[in-house]
Amino acid sequence: MSTLTQHELVLGLFEAAPATFLSLRQLGKESFYAQGMPALKSEEYKFTPLAKKLESSLTDFFPANPIKISAEQVKSAVFTGFEGVVLVFSNGKYLPELSKSTEGLTVNLLSEIENTPLGSIAKADKDPFTALNQATFTDGLHLSIDSKKSIESPILLLQFHQAQGGQVISPRIWIEAGDFSKATFIDYQVSLDAAPYFVNKVVEIKGGVHANITYHSLQEESNHVIEVSNVVTNIYQDAQFNSTQITLSGDMVRNNLTLNLLGSNSVGNMYGLYLLQGKTHVDNHTNVDHTIPHAESNELYKGIMADQSRGVFNGKIFVRQIAQKTNAFQQNNNILLSEDAIINTKPQLEIWADDVKCSHGCTVGQLDEEALFYLQARGIDKITAKGLLLYAFAGEVLDKIEDDSLRNYIVNQIQKRLGSNF
Amino acid sequence: MSKDNQILEDLNSKEYEHGWSVNFETDEAPIGLNEDIIRWISTKKEEPSWLLEWRLKAFKIWQGMTEPTWANVKYLKMDLQALRYYSAPKQSKKPKNINEVDPELIAIYERLGISLHEQKRLQGIAIDVVLDSVSVATTFKETLGKLGIVFCSFSEAVKEHPELIQKYLGSVVPMTDNYYAALNAAVFSDGSFCYIPKGVRCPMELSTYFRINAANTGQFERTLIVADDSSYVSYLEGCTAPQRDENQLHAAVVEIYAGAHAEVKYSTVQNWFPGDKEGKGGIYNFVTKRGICAGDHSKISWTQVETGSAVTWKYPSCILKGDYSIGEFYSVAVTNNYQQADTGTKMIHIGKNTKSRIVSKGISAGKSQNSYRGQVQVMKRAHNARNFSQCDSLLMGNQCGAHTFPYIDIANPSAKVEHEATTSKIGEDQIFYCNQRGIATEDAVALIVNGYAKEVLNQLPMEFAVEAQKLLALTLEGSVG
Repeated sequence: MSTLTQHELVLGLFEAAPATFLSLRQLGKESFYAQGMPALKSEEYKFTPLAKKLESSLTDFFPANPIKISAEQVKSAVFTGFEGVVLVFSNGKYLPELSKSTEGLTVNLLSEIENTPLGSIAKADKDPFTALNQATFTDGLHLSIDSKKSIESPILLLQFHQAQGGQVISPRIWIEAGDFSKATFIDYQVSLDAAPYFVNKVVEIKGGVHANITYHSLQEESNHVIEVSNVVTNIYQDAQFNSTQITLSGDMVRNNLTLNLLGSNSVGNMYGLYLLQGKTHVDNHTNVDHTIPHAESNELYKGIMADQSRGVFNGKIFVRQIAQKTNAFQQNNNILLSEDAIINTKPQLEIWADDVKCSHGCTVGQLDEEALFYLQARGIDKITAKGLLLYAFAGEVLDKIEDDSLRNYIVNQIQKRLGSNF
Repeated sequence: MSKDNQILEDLNSKEYEHGWSVNFETDEAPIGLNEDIIRWISTKKEEPSWLLEWRLKAFKIWQGMTEPTWANVKYLKMDLQALRYYSAPKQSKKPKNINEVDPELIAIYERLGISLHEQKRLQGIAIDVVLDSVSVATTFKETLGKLGIVFCSFSEAVKEHPELIQKYLGSVVPMTDNYYAALNAAVFSDGSFCYIPKGVRCPMELSTYFRINAANTGQFERTLIVADDSSYVSYLEGCTAPQRDENQLHAAVVEIYAGAHAEVKYSTVQNWFPGDKEGKGGIYNFVTKRGICAGDHSKISWTQVETGSAVTWKYPSCILKGDYSIGEFYSVAVTNNYQQADTGTKMIHIGKNTKSRIVSKGISAGKSQNSYRGQVQVMKRAHNARNFSQCDSLLMGNQCGAHTFPYIDIANPSAKVEHEATTSKIGEDQIFYCNQRGIATEDAVALIVNGYAKEVLNQLPMEFAVEAQKLLALTLEGSVG
């Protein structure tokens, strides 16, 4: 296929439909047709020409079949020292034989759930790729945490991806945390080979009253992968949502993270780190909607761009008219390391309430020459000194990760790079 | 609380003081917009054929364009065919100097507090006044002429300095730039032109005063400021319009060209009719302002105080092409009642070691919406570019909105770009502190707002700063956050 049309894209994916989701998928398809692929000048996808990218990189728009995963593969992918349960996916399909649940966590296939809530949080009409996922997903996972249950060790969602000739993987996950519950999820995506494919993921998260949900996402796919991820979270009174989005590789990656604060005293903490090299293009769009009074959101995204990589950041904070006493903070810091690297950032505030404290800050710069000189004057060579400073820059985000095994793993991956002049 | 409401109501019911209009005989173009109207305007102004061709070309381009919808403003679309594109007070013959100008016209400006009699004016400001579509008078022309400075109406410049106009017209804001710039290029009627020759420091402030008087008329003026190498000029612009029920369109273009080591300071206080408290009427202010720092070490500084117009859509920008050039943007935008403002700037760094600074202070009250939209772009070859942006918003009352849309696009690793923004209201503790020291709440608010906007007001030339300060205090008198 030389040119991509929406028609071909969806029809190719739509055929293998399980009966359970037929009407849901039909709605998704209609919504996708109504919105279409984002045009080149579309404000939301301005710097990330996904339609063009998909057209030039992919040849086949059929869903990727799950591949065989061995217990050894799982074992070697899990972080050293990780203590928690692992749920394994192959091209978006859940593999129960390799997975283990824990007390307080109920794991079901989406198709096993009656009156599916899918699409009620991540609405198809809000984003064309959410619609595309809804039109084409086959099944996914429904995770729920019992009320008043605190699961101390993290739950690892280990997603293996491998597809030939640019097939499409549409993972779909629903996470529901009961009232007064607590849980940490690590969504870890790995490529098994370097063939190009397209991942179009949708995760819906619902946090009940006083729930505390942490969602870490680590994207470490091959540099031929095109990915769109839509994570949409609704949290209610006194609930807390923490997220970290770490992106280390990929061809073109677009992350839409939406947080709807629906109950008073709810808190959202969103952190992100993108370390890019080669030709990687990463676009993080976050959207925090303060719909009620007395809620708080904090956001910190940091990026280091080397080689010909490109970083895009767009943080939106909406404060509705009734959302008085809102505190909303947003910060985006970037370092460009090469002549050919580009950053496009747009920290955006839209405020309709007057009794609020909102601020955003954004910087683009390079390493402090004086700090570099200070280290060199003390006998540290330039590459190491640079590595130290970059590590310190990234450290602010890494410190937010509580799980040692995950943090150590990321630190290791970053240090490998820093040693080789980033 | 009831007192607060009372004060807010007082604030909302404040009337626009320049809302009157005057009836006098006018020369008008027929209503509508087509090639014939453009020819009509061009003939009326006795323009050379190259300018008519330029206009017609712009009109063709405009016909292929659509109205932009990306700005964060909502308004009823104007029927551009129902507008009159030319309206001028009838004058039996062209006045040679200020003494020959119709006293009736001079009276209009006296009423606005602007004296056109040179001897009566404060020394140090030369003024060009534009009423509807034509320039009425320009003062101090001879004094400036001695230094080689050209300061006159645009139509005069077309006749007397065609080589300058041909060289610079459309060089900073091309007719293809946007919908309103294209429309302006096709139908612009008059405006000011100023040229500062090499090495001359303009001894007085140059100023243009725009007034819309006629009903159903759009104002499309075009200002062109050319500062040749090593020159300096400070330019002021002021504007008002009568209070009318229907919306009026003001689509101006301002172009500034700064040569090597030249400096241009452009200050404006916009006090158009903002519509009444129900949001009826008012001016649509869709303006394209842009300057180019063409030479090395040049500097362009924009300062604006926006209190008027129902809908504002305005982004005074700097193209920093010369090495070591500097762009500055200082803005205070106040919106009240149903006013909407989408304003900001663009700083485009092309040359090496360029610097830009953006300070934007938004104040929203009533049911207004105030947006800052800015872009800082550092091109690949713009080594060591430096930008600092600060945009703060102050909200008064819980029905208004403040929005920030900063675009930061960097393609050079040596760039240092900082952006910060805050949104807040006037703290009760600040008011309390003032009250405690015997300052009434109303005065305290004025004090705090003035302090908040000081960074920008400080940039204005003295006479303007006084006016702007008064205007601010007046618009927001007594409002408590």
